[in-house]
Amino acid sequence: MTWLTIIIAGIITYFTRMTMVALVDRDLLGERVKAVLAYVPSAVFPAIIFPGIFINDYGTFIEINDPKIFGAIVAILVGYFSRNVIATILSGLSSYWVIIFLL
Amino acid sequence: MFTKKQLLTKGLFSVAPHMFSVIPFGIVCGAIGIELGFNPILVYAMSIIIFGGASQIVFLQLLSGGASALIAVTSVGVINSRHLLYGAVLSEYLEKLSFIKKLLISYIVVDQGFAESNKFFQKNKNEPHLHYHLIGTGGTLWICWQLATLSGIILGSFVPEQLGLKFAVPLTFIAIVVQDLKKIDHVIVMITCGLSSLLFFDAPFKSYIIISPIIALFVAALVLRLKK
Repeated sequence: MTWLTIIIAGIITYFTRMTMVALVDRDLLGERVKAVLAYVPSAVFPAIIFPGIFINDYGTFIEINDPKIFGAIVAILVGYFSRNVIATILSGLSSYWVIIFLL
Repeated sequence: MFTKKQLLTKGLFSVAPHMFSVIPFGIVCGAIGIELGFNPILVYAMSIIIFGGASQIVFLQLLSGGASALIAVTSVGVINSRHLLYGAVLSEYLEKLSFIKKLLISYIVVDQGFAESNKFFQKNKNEPHLHYHLIGTGGTLWICWQLATLSGIILGSFVPEQLGLKFAVPLTFIAIVVQDLKKIDHVIVMITCGLSSLLFFDAPFKSYIIISPIIALFVAALVLRLKK
């Protein structure tokens, strides 16, 4: 039963990936829609970033002094100036760990 | 002009730095499945059949919490519906491919791969064979995701929860959008999306993950109109 559920979930997920690439004709999208689509990364990824920082594993808001906020600020600053993905991720994680393990 | 092999290699390497986030998250994902008491083969099979980190965790958590199969499947569908937006963006660069190739390449469209390939595509619009870059980014992500979830399944409860490895997920996406903080229109769109995601976090089926991008894209359309 669980197997069947996974396969159905997999087929649905595949359709979310395939539909716009293979089934929808690009010409159906007007110039205005294409211009708006240029904002997709900025319009989608914060929906992963914000809850990943501000909401904990139990689905409630974190406190203002939560180490994740500090880690995120460090990552944003390091990322902005270094333009380096590895530095962004590692600076964020390590500053988070410094606070939870050392302070 | 790049050769197919150059494009593939560029793709493979361009997404590699994100593995500092993808691998820890994959390990956590595998470990959670085992901790929740699922059959290891089943937990691993999800990495091939669904191949979508956050949705795999939610799926197992819902089922182990006694939710119905319908709710679990719906949630996976809603969480992964963001791929529709990725597909709409990528279709411009993939439209010359044959239908079969489109069907095959769709399987490896994932967040970070889409983000890095899209950045490359915008700068190299007129290259032929651009899809090899996408195969590269998707390939790195696929292989690392398989190995990471497998390691998580093997390590299981040895993965220390206190490390908070899930925090690597927002960090990888910060790295993707951080340079766009220079552009005020993008900042407006990002803040709209981020605040909406917190506001709608409790909406059913994790639908905040598609509701907030839609709101943010409406705001983007508004911003575009004002810019003219």
